Amino acid sequence: MSGKLPISTTSGTDEFVKGLWRDNPVFVQVLGMCPVLAVSNTARNALAMGLATLFVLLMSNIVISSLRRFIPKQVRIATYILIIATFVTVVDYVIQAISLDLHKALGAFISLIVVNCLILGRAEAFASKNSVARSILDGLGMGVGFTFALLCLGAVREILGAGSLFGIELFHEGYQDWVVMILPSGGFFTLAAWLLVFNWAKQRKELTKEERAAAAAASARLEVLR
Amino acid sequence: MNDPLWSIFVNACLINNFVLAYFLGICPFLGVSGKLATATRMGGAVTFVMLVSSSCAFGIHQLLTAIDAPYLKLISFIAVIASTVQLVEMFIKKVSPALFRALGIFLPLITTNCAILGLALFQTNKGYNFLQCIVYALGAGIGFTLALVLMAGLRERLELATVPDVVRGTALTLMLAGLLSLAFMGFAGLGA
Repeated sequence: MSGKLPISTTSGTDEFVKGLWRDNPVFVQVLGMCPVLAVSNTARNALAMGLATLFVLLMSNIVISSLRRFIPKQVRIATYILIIATFVTVVDYVIQAISLDLHKALGAFISLIVVNCLILGRAEAFASKNSVARSILDGLGMGVGFTFALLCLGAVREILGAGSLFGIELFHEGYQDWVVMILPSGGFFTLAAWLLVFNWAKQRKELTKEERAAAAAASARLEVLR
Repeated sequence: MNDPLWSIFVNACLINNFVLAYFLGICPFLGVSGKLATATRMGGAVTFVMLVSSSCAFGIHQLLTAIDAPYLKLISFIAVIASTVQLVEMFIKKVSPALFRALGIFLPLITTNCAILGLALFQTNKGYNFLQCIVYALGAGIGFTLALVLMAGLRERLELATVPDVVRGTALTLMLAGLLSLAFMGFAGLGA
């Protein structure tokens, strides 16, 4: 999907910024959906998952980009997956060491970072063709964009579903939890709602651009008439 | 774990449907559910790969426990899945070229389907024996196919409906998936 991006013609900051908004992996490219929906039931889980993915994405981008001249084309996908799996195993053990609760909450989804299409997608579309420095920026941007998207979902679901944010109670006792938001279907609904907001914003922007163009054309015609 | 086989099957297929309750395999679920015919074939291929890789993963887990190297679990699982998919691809190409053409690009993409790796990880976490693993894989595969086919049916109907521009595309599909997931919650009382 991102293969059509112009390569090496953009500036360094742009490599970083594009992942945050314009090519946001979740809201625009719709990649890596499984963890986005599965672990975004609380803001804390979402943040942890986002950071873990950021780390794996960054490290695999660095390694793949520095090895890009040595990896034979025929076995490149298998090589990428092995590199990614190595870093995922590292993250799995690190999270287990930091917090056993968190490890239990995220469950098999830490291991499942291996098959996150976002990471393999960046390896194939970007890191295998660009220098290490650019790949670092790209990995950071995409990773932060992914974390941001996860937090958007996690925050909404936790606030509505449990009346709290990062475990801190937000409302007084009379608040009735929307249990459906914590349940699987809530994940689908929240993501759909965020996509709607994004589509709406994009449509509005295009509309105002058209309106401005129409207004400019009208005033130009007026000038000619005068 | 001493779950009876029928309970494992119903659990994997309906109650904890891999797509609608565990969010595994969302990418093919969103990508391939446009047409009913491709959805059915994709479901069949995934079920088959699940069965083969599940039994391989069972063997590997025994081996890794024997040599005490749990940290190799993830890497060896993903390697097995990738080679299973390759094997299935070669086998189908040899036996039925027609089916091979029909499946097209979806066949190699099964490698990155998280439902398959998820299945291998869950079955080792639950400590199932060989027969239980096979039944679990079969249930998961049929559940995946069911979700995919239901979704494809809904989306084919919606092609003809008029919806606002903003909703078109992924947002609409996700809303449908949410409703389907709500419906599947009704099965929660079935299991032991």
